[in-house]
Amino acid sequence: MYELYDGGLNAPLIIKEWYEEQSGNNYGAFIPFVGTIRDEHGIDGLSFDIYEPILTSWFNKWQDEAKSRGAIVKMAHSKGDVFLHEPSYVAAVFSPQRKVALKLIVEFVEDFKANAPIWKYDLLDGKRVYAKDRSSQIQGSGLLL
Amino acid sequence: MVKVEFLGPINKQSIELSVSSLDELSAILKQDESLHEWLATSAIAVNDVLVSTKDTPLKSGDRVALLPPVCGG
Repeated sequence: MYELYDGGLNAPLIIKEWYEEQSGNNYGAFIPFVGTIRDEHGIDGLSFDIYEPILTSWFNKWQDEAKSRGAIVKMAHSKGDVFLHEPSYVAAVFSPQRKVALKLIVEFVEDFKANAPIWKYDLLDGKRVYAKDRSSQIQGSGLLL
Repeated sequence: MVKVEFLGPINKQSIELSVSSLDELSAILKQDESLHEWLATSAIAVNDVLVSTKDTPLKSGDRVALLPPVCGG
């Protein structure tokens, strides 16, 4: 299962825990990915809303896909406000072989960006401003128009 | 009654409506001008499962969610 935390993530600890948890399971490859809030557009940070029921089904689908390749996926994400230079997203793949892990981490992270039900806001002058220009429509959007 | 939830930045209180399909729900929501942009860009879930056809039937107790454009990470 994925992990959600209020505020910025302790990425080194999360990665260490995942590594130790899986270290006896004969995985030949471990690839972590850390997403960190950059200082840009004059923001003080970012803020996130998450809809957990659909995030859970999205994640379970990826865990099944990873399993079919002999791998597992891991994910942690922030809820609420995260400030500059703090991590808000950690994902990882463990797999028997390097090639499977390299391919899967790209597919997993890119599909996360495109379809996971998470909404991002810029923190600007104490206000939350929806990051509309950087957001993507989930596949099948516009059905009720 | 069917509960309709507006997720993330739509920033609108959930409502309850007596409708029997997504088609019928669409006709009602289109009357709300503040929702026009969101209807064009949102995905739809019924009872937390994303759906792809407007003729999806609805029954009392169902929950419909509008999911606007996303950006995690």
